[in-house]
Amino acid sequence: MIAIEILGLAKTYSVGFWRKRAKCALRPLNLTIHEGEIFGFLGANGAGKTTTLKLLMGLVFPTAGTARILGMEINDPRMKAQIGFLPEQPYFYDYLTAGELLEYFAQLSGVPSGERRRRVAAVLTQVGLADIGNLQLRKFSKGMLQRVGIAQAILHNPKVLFFDEPMSGLDPVGRREVRDLMEELKQAGKTIFFSTHILSDAESLCDRVAIIHQGELRGVGAVADLTSSVEGKVEVVWLASEIPASIRALVSECHISGDTVRAVVLEGNQDALIDALRRERLRIVSVTPVRTSLEEYFVRKLKPSEAAAGISS
Amino acid sequence: MSPRILHIASNTFREAVRDRVLYNLIAFAVLISGAAILVGQISIGIERLVVVNLGLAAVSLFGVVIAIFIGIGLVSKEIDKRTLYTVLSRPVHRWEFIAGKFLGLAGTLVVNTFFMAIGVFGALLYVSHHFQAADGWILVALYFIILEFLIVTSLALLFSSFSSPLLSAVFAFSLFVIGSFAEDLRGFASAASGGMRWLASAAAYAVPNLSSLNIIASVAHSQPVSGQLIFANTLYALVYVGMALCGAVLIFERRNLK
Repeated sequence: MIAIEILGLAKTYSVGFWRKRAKCALRPLNLTIHEGEIFGFLGANGAGKTTTLKLLMGLVFPTAGTARILGMEINDPRMKAQIGFLPEQPYFYDYLTAGELLEYFAQLSGVPSGERRRRVAAVLTQVGLADIGNLQLRKFSKGMLQRVGIAQAILHNPKVLFFDEPMSGLDPVGRREVRDLMEELKQAGKTIFFSTHILSDAESLCDRVAIIHQGELRGVGAVADLTSSVEGKVEVVWLASEIPASIRALVSECHISGDTVRAVVLEGNQDALIDALRRERLRIVSVTPVRTSLEEYFVRKLKPSEAAAGISS
Repeated sequence: MSPRILHIASNTFREAVRDRVLYNLIAFAVLISGAAILVGQISIGIERLVVVNLGLAAVSLFGVVIAIFIGIGLVSKEIDKRTLYTVLSRPVHRWEFIAGKFLGLAGTLVVNTFFMAIGVFGALLYVSHHFQAADGWILVALYFIILEFLIVTSLALLFSSFSSPLLSAVFAFSLFVIGSFAEDLRGFASAASGGMRWLASAAAYAVPNLSSLNIIASVAHSQPVSGQLIFANTLYALVYVGMALCGAVLIFERRNLK
């Protein structure tokens, strides 16, 4: 079942005061995200990630194309009752307490009055703010505001979640907690579309990712597929503090740290190396195929020469 | 009415109440009433006239200042601070947001006027030692002042939907000043000729006719207010506010929130 369907969505802004000129923020974008997926939308700063999210939220209007969320048009209020949105670097009414803000958003989302208090208390606990629900938001740190942002997004139990840079402003512990929360939400059957430029987060969380650069989709696919291209090399790790001469000729790259040696060899030399290590009576720790990391894939997709060939959905 | 409009209005009211500037303005209004008492004591025989004039003028002035300075930020501040994003990503129509914001500030002004009116009547009782039947017309003058606030608020909201707070303040305050002299502008239009007459007439009918809502002087002289004027002013204010809000909605519905 399709959760989000983006059909040729494009946005061009008119910039300048006297002499207006067109600035393309997003070229026609086609994407399909399935229910229950965690989908990462990757790109450098200014790539068009936030513009895409704003288009999906109806905050800016597309120059061309359309999108459907849960089969409904993006301006359909019924659809908006079933989505949650965390903007980038969220800022809220700082004269309210966290509890009051969530109560207000629950009212706007149509949460029945009898359920509101229970839902507010539950999400405050879920994001680790239960103890400070009565504190005014002007006293909150950036990381705490990010948690409030996540709380307001999941408050009304939406089916699809849109997070714009959800790890931004969080310390390592906070990032880990948000990752765990996103995993929990996926287990609960939610679809999550999130933008990030932190590739390690995407690699550890996402089922699929799309890469956008200068408003143009450069690649999309399952993280496992994108990072599974074996480059015909193998990393072999063994215990030793130096490399015997009989082995040196077989390895192309080699690093010694303490009593561990890490060597990269061509697949064709793998058996010969293992035999040589056994002859030298050295203990082998691991033998692993070298795979492309998401970071390497990302960097490759940003190169203009590969842009034309890289677009697929 | 959509419950979402009431929730937005209620939050706008709460914001204004928690805003210390609002409290300061109420305090200033009380101080003005105090000054009215002082002037009343040194104005032999015309204490009531001075207190009503000064008190109602203070109510009007402080209310207009609140209407303009809070009104101009109703939309633009929400866009600048990006608080609007999490509101409009919910099942809230943009027109509901505008209507809620307007009602919230209108409610704030009504409550504010209520407390300032208590101050005016208190000052009146202090200088006159008793109320008279003609003092009832002060309530009508206060009602007209509230109509004036509604018009100014709707204009501030209209400018806030497409302009920066500074420009919105300039536009709204300019219209308030010109609107306060709308009758004079109409008089000038009838006396002019040719293109100037046409231009002055167009300007006179486009700006809000706030001078017809100002009955402070006649009420201070205990003159009655006709039911016809109350009806005409009510109708005029409702139509003008409706048109300004429709304009704000039309602009805001098409605005990209970059």
